[in-house]
Amino acid sequence: MNRLFPYPVLTLALFVMWILLTGFSPGHVLLGGLVAALVSRTMLSLKPEPTGFRPSLAIFRLAGLVLADIVRSNFAVARIILFKPAERHSGFLHLPVELRNPYALAVLAVIITATPGTLWVQHDARRHVILIHVLDLIDEETWIRFIKDRYERLLLEIFE
Amino acid sequence: MIQGPDLPTWAAVIVGLLLLTGATTTLIGTLGLLQLKSFYERVHAPTLGTTLGAALILAASMVSFSVLQSRPVIHEILIGVFVTLTTPVTLMLLARAAIYRDRSEGASRVPTDGPRRTPPA
Amino acid sequence: MSTLFLALVITSSQILLGLSMLCATYRMARGPRAQDRVLGLDALYLGATLLLVTYGIQTGRSLYFEAALAIGLLGFAGTVALAKFLMRGEVIE
Repeated sequence: MNRLFPYPVLTLALFVMWILLTGFSPGHVLLGGLVAALVSRTMLSLKPEPTGFRPSLAIFRLAGLVLADIVRSNFAVARIILFKPAERHSGFLHLPVELRNPYALAVLAVIITATPGTLWVQHDARRHVILIHVLDLIDEETWIRFIKDRYERLLLEIFE
Repeated sequence: MIQGPDLPTWAAVIVGLLLLTGATTTLIGTLGLLQLKSFYERVHAPTLGTTLGAALILAASMVSFSVLQSRPVIHEILIGVFVTLTTPVTLMLLARAAIYRDRSEGASRVPTDGPRRTPPA
Repeated sequence: MSTLFLALVITSSQILLGLSMLCATYRMARGPRAQDRVLGLDALYLGATLLLVTYGIQTGRSLYFEAALAIGLLGFAGTVALAKFLMRGEVIE
């Protein structure tokens, strides 16, 4: 099984994408399966590092948290744009991280940037500090604790 | 061009509501592009359209096509996944390019590479 | 009755999306700096993608879906190339 499909998740994702694009019919299931199995094997020659990914329930908790936060901050940013509150100021923020796994850091980067109001700017790999720009910077410590408690703890759980 | 799909009333109401809220969210996001003062504030504005705006409009399309063809049509999810995964990448690259340009010009409001020295242990 | 109502709603949301593309075009044309123009272009691509999806709903044809996907892909590649160009002065290192 592992020899036939070295990257089962990638193979499955390619197959699902093929079916979604072309429609469900026996011919396309066969063709899509073949393409997915062959194309996912090209990753073998790239030799990616092992991700240290541990499937657990924390993934669903993280996904739910992120979805709720995205909707909430959509309203927050819309309020800022429409009503222009006077006492708002934006600024940069230095966030020290404990995450070392590059894949986990990538997930954190996507989460922070996809959420309106926060933007990941830079990661200092030597000092393990992330530079974040925040649209509504009330208090640095509150933001740092917010990101660490909500996302980083769960990401440490998910990635080795 | 006033034209529309032939949907039953309940589906028409759902599709209409999703479309209007999605388009309004996207518009608010780009209004921020006009109105916010500095570049680093403006980078936040389009994320409104790429998250909630795109999700609502794609959901409207899914409902409409699923009712019209009376089978689940969910290929719009591909656009959704694609937009949510790629926008962070472009925005991060753009922010890094901007900060690099500002630093090389010596702008004062941009943090330099090492403002916080970690204290020696 | 519900068809007419839906047609009006679709047209008005297309107008809203068109206005948002206008805002993005303004940012792209005015600048003031190169990164602002690239940001405007990215927002313009997003507006075009969503507008094509609404055309798909209006006509009930899945052709527009594929066009929207292609525009989204082009927008991603274009913005990444421009951002890399701003940072390094070249696209492919």
